[in-house]
Amino acid sequence: MSEQAEKVKVVLRRQTWEVEPGITARQLLEHLNLNPESYLVTRDGELISDDTVIRPGDTIRLVAVISGG
Amino acid sequence: MRCRKCRQKAVINMRQHRLALCRDHYVEWFQQQTARTIKKYKMIRRDEPVLVAVSGGKDSLALWDVLLELGYRADGFYLRLGIDEGIGYSDESYAKIKQFVAQHPGTRLHVVDVKETYGETIPEVARRVRRGRGKPCSVCGLIKRHEMNRVAYELGYPVLATGHNLDDEAAVLFSNTLNWQVGYLARQYPVLPGREGFARKVKPFCRFYERETAAYALLRGIDYMYEECPFSVGANTIYYKELLNTLERERPGAKLHFYLSFLRAKEKEGLFADWEEPSVELHACERCGQPTSAPGRCAFCRLWPEDVLEQPHESFVPLTLVEGA
Ligand code: SF4
Ligand SMILES: [Zn+2]
Ligand SMILES: [Zn+2]
Repeated sequence: MSEQAEKVKVVLRRQTWEVEPGITARQLLEHLNLNPESYLVTRDGELISDDTVIRPGDTIRLVAVISGG
Repeated sequence: MRCRKCRQKAVINMRQHRLALCRDHYVEWFQQQTARTIKKYKMIRRDEPVLVAVSGGKDSLALWDVLLELGYRADGFYLRLGIDEGIGYSDESYAKIKQFVAQHPGTRLHVVDVKETYGETIPEVARRVRRGRGKPCSVCGLIKRHEMNRVAYELGYPVLATGHNLDDEAAVLFSNTLNWQVGYLARQYPVLPGREGFARKVKPFCRFYERETAAYALLRGIDYMYEECPFSVGANTIYYKELLNTLERERPGAKLHFYLSFLRAKEKEGLFADWEEPSVELHACERCGQPTSAPGRCAFCRLWPEDVLEQPHESFVPLTLVEGA
């Protein structure tokens, strides 16, 4: 199991994705076609800023911030 | 990205303010900004008890937390709507609120259960009165407004605070502008004065983006209700918020500017200042006393059968929970 093969697991509600590491949190959202204004990115329960680089093996949980009604 | 104040690693970057902050400095900034908004719009006096309308969502629980941190005597009000729809929406929201209260000893929560008090849940009333094309939102809004006013009045709170954020306000502004709803535009403001004994209404979070209130809740470890009310699916507000965020993504600060320049135009340039309310005479509802334009009873009191409204006064008194006092 090489480090490079380790993907990043991304979870949003009941949806999950696997992406390549090495991109920033903001690029990750863009990559998934999500508007970075409408989501927060957390890693191990901690909020991370836009420019934080996603590492191999990370589990990323996205928090949707828009609520309505 | 580094925190502007201490150079530690930032957890959030607010492009519209060109401001990145670490956890501690973000929490501090957020509380100070709320205090500034309260002061700027003269929302709450130091000696006034505040009733915070809580839904269990991020905005209202974050607001309650900040007001307590700022030293206000802030108590909660929760209306149990009885919305289940297979996901236990209301039960789970209530559980989040009770958990918040348990973590803040001495704070008070006033609860009105719509079904216990008036005999029907929100979806049940909506089905009976057939208002609002299969969605209970119009009945729900009417009941919420009425009960907030009533409870604040009966329990003697001069101020009622809600967790509306800038995205909420900008979405309403956008929708009212698309339709040139002059009456609504003339009234939209972060603070609405009270009248005839009814509480002043304030929105201390009106200058925060929705992602900022969510970030605050997250960083403070506030466990909020993440699932949306099942009836909010397809709501116009959500659509307008997404449109505004599309704009914001390309032009950081566009959303902030849209709302703040509206407020500035009202404050400095007299936008809508001489707009006069078409002379609908407001008078007190003959049953509950809340202001209404219809003669006789208000829309709320017209929702219910007579025997419901004639219950003894005790049945309308909210249940008050105080944890660990
Ligand atoms: S979405 Fe509609 S029914 Fe649900 S809480 Fe909001 S107003 Fe009430
Ligand atoms: Zn800092
Ligand atoms: Zn009435």
